[in-house]
Amino acid sequence: MKFIKYILAGTLFGIIMTKSEAVSWYRIQEMFRFQSFHMYGIIGTAIVLGVIAVLLIKKFKIRDICGNPIRFHDKDQAYRKYLMGGTIFGLGWALTGACPGPMFVNLGSGYAGMAVVILGALLGTYLYGVMKNKLPH
Amino acid sequence: MIDFIKQPWPWYFSGIMIVLIMLILLFFGKSFGFSANLRTICSIAGAGKKVKFFDFKWKDQVWNLMFLAGSILGGFIATHYLSEPAPIKLSAATIADLKQLGVKFDGGLNPADLFSLEAMKDLKTLGILLIGGLLVGFGSRYAGGCTSGHAISGLSNLQLPSLVAVIGFFIGGLIMTFLIMPFIF
Repeated sequence: MKFIKYILAGTLFGIIMTKSEAVSWYRIQEMFRFQSFHMYGIIGTAIVLGVIAVLLIKKFKIRDICGNPIRFHDKDQAYRKYLMGGTIFGLGWALTGACPGPMFVNLGSGYAGMAVVILGALLGTYLYGVMKNKLPH
Repeated sequence: MIDFIKQPWPWYFSGIMIVLIMLILLFFGKSFGFSANLRTICSIAGAGKKVKFFDFKWKDQVWNLMFLAGSILGGFIATHYLSEPAPIKLSAATIADLKQLGVKFDGGLNPADLFSLEAMKDLKTLGILLIGGLLVGFGSRYAGGCTSGHAISGLSNLQLPSLVAVIGFFIGGLIMTFLIMPFIF
């Protein structure tokens, strides 16, 4: 039963993403065409509040449910992998209108085609694992 | 009350709630990053026997798989119990652009012409979805995270690498939208 809280958090995530239309292929197209503030509003609000929240957690040394201090890990200081990986990701994001979370949320909404997208994403992840040592990072 | 809930939810509410979800996971001692699940699923399927990248303690990620299961349930609940049939308020300019591209705006969250079970009979559509998914999966692992891990968790922690990744997301998205999609739809 210790996992039920994660299921509930995920359910909340799925509901929020659907009700605010952030899982919409159309909305992602609208975003990349700069034709509405909607997606920028969602991501922008989240980032601004997120920055404030993380600063407060660090300043007041807030602890998690187990009593351990909440720690943040710095990302590796390499840039090629972020730029190249990010660009490849963006190509797929615009084409399918779905990043990894929304793929599954949309599957729950009944879009059967998302199963194909998920299969592709698993294949892509596997392919990265195979090619990892040959790629510039 | 239920009529109120059934309306689309405004962007600022969504932004606040996404941060809340990030904070809930931090409070549970975890970090918000959805695409890690794709690696975990590969590992569970046995990819670790052949490829070292998938040979890790995936049991530490079971919580994230539970989050994934919840997100599917959330999509189901929102669509079936918390929504009205009204079309989404997509901008007129996008509707016109997509029409020119050959994608009809049907009012749903996603075009049925691309994502319905019926649409899966078309080989070209299947190919588009499979290749699109492949790019997302490959790219998110190469970049070490997706929208949740970089744009939300990473930027909240003022990580420059995450900013580079997000810039990459947009470079790729704009190339696909303006340079490639006109040729494939």
